[in-house]
Amino acid sequence: MESAISCQNLTKTFGDHTVLKNLSIEIPKGKITTILGYSGAGKSTLMKHFLGLQKPTKGKLLVLDKNVSELSDDELRNFRKQFGMLFQYAALFDSLTTYENIAFPLIEFTKMNKPQIEKRVNDLMSSVGLQEQSLHRLPSELSGGMRKRVGLARALALEPDILLYDEPTTGLDPITTKMVNDLIITTGRTENTKELTSVIISHDIQATLKISDYIAFLEKGEIIEFSPTKEFKKTTHPTIRMFLDLTTH
Amino acid sequence: MSMQAVLSPFYKLFEYFYESIIEKVEGAGDFALHVSAILYWTFKKPYRFQLFVDQLYFIGNKSLFIVALTSIFSGMVITYQTYIGMKVMGAYTLVGPIVVLTIAKELAPVFSAIIVAGRCGAAMAAQIGTMKVTEQIDALEVMGISSRQYLGVPRVWATMIALPLLNLVFLFVANIGSWLVGVKVLGIEEAKYYSKLHAFVVPNVLWEGIIKAAVFGFLVGIIGTYHGFKVQGGAEGVGKGTNAAVVWGMIIILIIDYFLTNLLVPILYNI
Repeated sequence: MESAISCQNLTKTFGDHTVLKNLSIEIPKGKITTILGYSGAGKSTLMKHFLGLQKPTKGKLLVLDKNVSELSDDELRNFRKQFGMLFQYAALFDSLTTYENIAFPLIEFTKMNKPQIEKRVNDLMSSVGLQEQSLHRLPSELSGGMRKRVGLARALALEPDILLYDEPTTGLDPITTKMVNDLIITTGRTENTKELTSVIISHDIQATLKISDYIAFLEKGEIIEFSPTKEFKKTTHPTIRMFLDLTTH
Repeated sequence: MSMQAVLSPFYKLFEYFYESIIEKVEGAGDFALHVSAILYWTFKKPYRFQLFVDQLYFIGNKSLFIVALTSIFSGMVITYQTYIGMKVMGAYTLVGPIVVLTIAKELAPVFSAIIVAGRCGAAMAAQIGTMKVTEQIDALEVMGISSRQYLGVPRVWATMIALPLLNLVFLFVANIGSWLVGVKVLGIEEAKYYSKLHAFVVPNVLWEGIIKAAVFGFLVGIIGTYHGFKVQGGAEGVGKGTNAAVVWGMIIILIIDYFLTNLLVPILYNI
């Protein structure tokens, strides 16, 4: 199986504190992989490494066959254009309308003209189930679920190879959580995004079991389990067992 | 009492000073990195001219009324106080030149800069700080856009361009206030009010004010954006950043004003 992201003995230390310890994982291309773990386990640090926002102290990180540590600042900025990211609270630009938020990457990085941008924004809006009446609303006028949809549409605008989700369902009500989960599955598995690799950082075990193809469990900077969802459910590792039992009951 | 117990307060005092010095050095290094990043990104494409124009409008045009209001009353009060002093010596024909020199060389650049630090420096820190705590800056970086280029560069250069223009507005309006009080209220003859102006007010007086205002503009922009990018935590962090931007902006303007005067006077007036 081809890897989109390959971590080989990755270590990250901040002063005396080791956040990632000799971590190795191969994240498969075109699949939905969730990295689970307790708060402070190193999930966000690992995601920042994928994006090249932090560099490993030791080890090798290959993302789409590029060694992230060897990229210059300018190369890193270009490299990041292959990613889309849905932030925990969507991180929409609060001075821009829904339309302007979705169009932002298209204006910045493509040579599309105004009608082409309008068409692409309309397509993206319908793909994430956004109504036309929210087009000219500011983020402050949108509900939590709507903001997630706009954030996802913006992340998909440049047709990324890898889509990162940072705690996508944290703080949402059950109905909106289901909507976001369905959206992640639809986005990760539709025909036109067949090669899209989705990486989710989460501690929502129920959502993870529903939407993931592969699950990794991160504890104290180490991957203690990485397997397809069906096998992950049957794991006998005591920490994961406790995590599964506590959060599914 | 053991030796350890005797030395303990000294050790704590040493530790306090040591940590305090390290913190200040780290802060200075951080600030130097911010300045160099702004300079570096200024000359890198894409040049964001529209963002610069938007900031110029916000800093310049939207500050006009408050600068004009402050300047007219500053001109009026300075004229009144100068007239009282000069009348004692019978030298009230010097009121016009003294007031113009005071305003052009000091009041216009310093007051305009303090107004802009309070109004726009605070706004910069609050806007950028809020964007930081709500992950909007991370969103920019993840897209491959330098947040310092997108948010910092237009603000810094717009402040540096807007402040000399506001300084000229201040000078013009303050002199109208001065003329009103001097000629119309205190009854100085118009011919005497103007009589010595040409001898004292040379073009370099204007240049001194303009150069000072440009330097203050750069500093207000740099300090405002620096404290915005430095924000940590939530609303409390944004509040602290905004407060620091205003306080440090004003303090630095007054300190730099003295050294800038020392530097410019010999160059501009061959003294």
